[in-house]
Amino acid sequence: MTDFPILTAIIATPLIGAVVVALLPGRRPELVRAVGYAFSVATLGLACWLLADFSTKKVFFQFVENRPWLPSIGSRYIVGVDGISLFMILATALLIPIGLLASQRYPTQRPKAFTAWFLLLEFSLMGIFLSLDLIVFFLFWEILLVPMYFLIQGWGHGRRQYAATKFFIYTAAGSSLMLASTLILGFIHQSQTGVLSFDYRVLAAWSWHGLSSTTEVLLFFGFLAAFAIKVPLVPLHTWLPDVHTEAPTAGSVVLAGVILKMGAYGLLRFSLELFPHASVDLAPLLLTLGVIGILYGAIVAAMQKNLKRIIAYSSVAHMGFVIVGVFSLTVIGLDGAVFTMLSHPLTTGALFLLVGMLYERRHTYEIAEYGGIWRSAPLLTALFLGAMFAGIGLPGFSGFIGEFLSLAGTFVSRRPWAVAGVVGVIFAAVYMLWAFQRTFMGKPTGINLKLPDVNLREVMVVAPLLALSLFLGLYPKLAIERVEPSLKRTIVNLELKTHFREKRPKGYAPTKLPDGVTASQSIQLGRGAP
Amino acid sequence: MTPPIVHPTVNWLAISPEIALAAAGVFIVMLRSVLRRRPIVVPLCTVVAISGVVAAGAVQYRLWHLLRGHRAMTTIAGMVRVDPFGVFLGVVVLIATVMALLLSVAYLRREGLEAPEYFALILLSAAGMLVMTTANDLIVVFLALEVLSIPLYVLAAFDRRRLSSQEAGMKYFVLGAFSSAVFLYGVALTYGATGTTSLTGIARFLANTTLLDQGTLLGGIALLLVGLGFKVAAVPFHMWTPDVYQGSPTPVTSFMSAATKAAGFAALIRIFGVAFPLYRSDWRPAVWALAVLSLVVGNVAAVIQTDVKRILAYSSIGHAGFILIGFQANTSRGREAALLYLFVYAFMTIGAFAVITIAARRGDDHHSLDDYRGLALERPVVGGLLIFFVLAQAGVPFTGGFVAKLEVFSAAAQAHEYALLIIGVLASVVGAFYYLRIALTMLSARPDDAPEPGGLLRRVDPWSGIVLVACVALVVVVGVVPGTFVHWARDATFLL
Repeated sequence: MTDFPILTAIIATPLIGAVVVALLPGRRPELVRAVGYAFSVATLGLACWLLADFSTKKVFFQFVENRPWLPSIGSRYIVGVDGISLFMILATALLIPIGLLASQRYPTQRPKAFTAWFLLLEFSLMGIFLSLDLIVFFLFWEILLVPMYFLIQGWGHGRRQYAATKFFIYTAAGSSLMLASTLILGFIHQSQTGVLSFDYRVLAAWSWHGLSSTTEVLLFFGFLAAFAIKVPLVPLHTWLPDVHTEAPTAGSVVLAGVILKMGAYGLLRFSLELFPHASVDLAPLLLTLGVIGILYGAIVAAMQKNLKRIIAYSSVAHMGFVIVGVFSLTVIGLDGAVFTMLSHPLTTGALFLLVGMLYERRHTYEIAEYGGIWRSAPLLTALFLGAMFAGIGLPGFSGFIGEFLSLAGTFVSRRPWAVAGVVGVIFAAVYMLWAFQRTFMGKPTGINLKLPDVNLREVMVVAPLLALSLFLGLYPKLAIERVEPSLKRTIVNLELKTHFREKRPKGYAPTKLPDGVTASQSIQLGRGAP
Repeated sequence: MTPPIVHPTVNWLAISPEIALAAAGVFIVMLRSVLRRRPIVVPLCTVVAISGVVAAGAVQYRLWHLLRGHRAMTTIAGMVRVDPFGVFLGVVVLIATVMALLLSVAYLRREGLEAPEYFALILLSAAGMLVMTTANDLIVVFLALEVLSIPLYVLAAFDRRRLSSQEAGMKYFVLGAFSSAVFLYGVALTYGATGTTSLTGIARFLANTTLLDQGTLLGGIALLLVGLGFKVAAVPFHMWTPDVYQGSPTPVTSFMSAATKAAGFAALIRIFGVAFPLYRSDWRPAVWALAVLSLVVGNVAAVIQTDVKRILAYSSIGHAGFILIGFQANTSRGREAALLYLFVYAFMTIGAFAVITIAARRGDDHHSLDDYRGLALERPVVGGLLIFFVLAQAGVPFTGGFVAKLEVFSAAAQAHEYALLIIGVLASVVGAFYYLRIALTMLSARPDDAPEPGGLLRRVDPWSGIVLVACVALVVVVGVVPGTFVHWARDATFLL
């Protein structure tokens, strides 16, 4: 392994790109775009390098960097990657250049600012998925609002100002409670041990025995406020359809693809490790919310008249599968959750891109305006068909693996919830097929007769996503073998810290850490280990 | 034979920053009477004023290095105590002063208000503020309060042709005089209870004596809090703030918001930290209530305002609430947080008012949100800067505003003030809403028939440019690499 600080490079490259783009002359849009592509592709290259260098043997964080940042409150710049974050990094690095490419012709105004904000968005996402210090994590978590806000506000549709403000306030409200909980957690740790640190590994090694059960539950809810809004869990999801409907295509792709995963990632990374008792005790509640999300999202999606809203609500349903998988508290379920987190960006990203192409042609998302597109744009229809089946979870595509594993894990540990969740799979087919039928099938009328088909650039935008989804659906081992060590560690830590015992299918031995990793190393998340 | 009068010894170095400012102010008045109306007088006075501030700053720099290792100089019979705490806030005051002066140059020319008295008044007020940061005696605090306030009353009404400016001056004067009286009454009651006005004397007396009847002292403490609460614009003593901020000439508003707040908090923290630490269980709940009220009223009332200067006035009330969180914690972390907040706030607020000074049309009374519509689209740099400063005030990460808020919140968390902490974080979300409103307005297109924003002034004058660059640089640097600044603030928390 080299000493090259690859994680910092992954965080810094988009930031440098944004600054460079901001300094370029605004009169040269093609130059701005080229520089934007260059930096986002460079980041993708770094992420692929990370994937190649990532060791499947290691349980703990890899490529860790640790530098002081704000000594007065013991906050340090600590970054590291494990199986849980690795694929979020890759998904982000993949979607950003695709989003830029998709926005080449539309929106047309102010390409320079658009590119700069988009790269800043990537910067904050990379920071979120790599930070291991709770304060620095919050820093990136909160800064994300700014580029997202300006992207929606500046390049969205219709009621974009309303949507942008709603997005900002909703998420800021949740994350402010997370900040309060973080600070309380850190200072309780200081009063008990005398060490002021916001290193997530330090706090995770202490909080399970250092907090009273009431405090733990309260802090769990403080973090949950931020994560649940981002996921979104059902009573807190009302911002999502509005924001998706008004956001520009590239914004929607990243929003659905990666930003929604931030909540699930937070639950998986922070809630389970920092508040193990509360996570185990409150798992039924979250499972219920997850199942409600699956069913509610699907039913509401079926009722929508707006194409983008359908996909937005389908995201609520898909994220329900992620939550169910996480709180099944089985390795299989967690596998499913992380796999869905990887697969959903590909499928939903493709769907949003295709809907965006329809919008570029007709400037509307209303299904009633469309019909019979297959005749004038057969290739577009074919791509949509593929993306739709990938999204529904047709076996062979990645969506199937994720949903199957999530539900299988839940079936082992909490059967009734799994049974209820399976119904959502059928609903998904209903709303997607119905939307497809109304939009693409039938007899075309008026302007729908003469819609131009997709061009090469548009195919290039969507095809890689579908190909990857197909590839992962056929060969999931690539992801699973990198993700699973981290997930096993998570489950083993839960078992070490609480009375919880993972439910395994009959005949399966309990989950074990790999040889050479001790229980105390695992609880400390490998801090100090070579 | 009367005994000879004993003169207290004077450490001239310790009080030379104040002398530099006052001397420059007096010199300007003299120049004015000698040179009369010659055209040279205004530029000359500007130069004199700025060199006065720079000289004071150079002395503060020297004092900072002398005193940094937790030392203090007490002089004039214990009336003045120069310590890192006082020097730190003194520097904040000086920074605010020099930036307000730089902003004033182009502003006064545009408004046809060029007069040397303006500079003299700002310098005298700043001298009063410096006295306030180092005052170690209630009488000196009162003196400083008057010296800093009276020039400000005049400055608020300086644009005397504009009715709102007159109104601001009048309102500030009446309420300010009232609050000074309240403060003086507090001094009297405290003297009655303890027999001294020296802060260290009070602390010594209270440490050695048990008061049988605490009513007088508690009354005194309460009145002191009210008097200073007025100066820092804490709710419910904030009534003057929106009108005065709105009506005053904008550079004066920027000076008031940054420097007066620093001076007021200097006195507040020093009096309560030095003289009444034993009575903290009595005053901390009162400060808690002030903090909560300021956070809630400041941030909620700002939401319904339609005038940008008024919005920023309410936001300054909200910021006072955040600083009070640090003060309320009554720990060294809390003081450190309050100091850092005051430092960062000076740059954020002066930056914002600098943009408003530039963007305003001649007459300085078109500040409704509609007047700012489309500003960021038509003048991306100027508008973008205002967006940057309001986002920094909202506490967006990688700006100084975030670090300052983080420090304040962590002080509350460490002091187990969880209710205050949660009210604070939620108030900052409400705050984000109206800051975004300003940003949104500037980013949305202007109706075709509306007058062009930033009408006459097409170019940013170099002096304002310096201020803007300095503010942006500081706010970003504190946000990205806060270590050094936090370290300074920590060195400055040493009080006793």
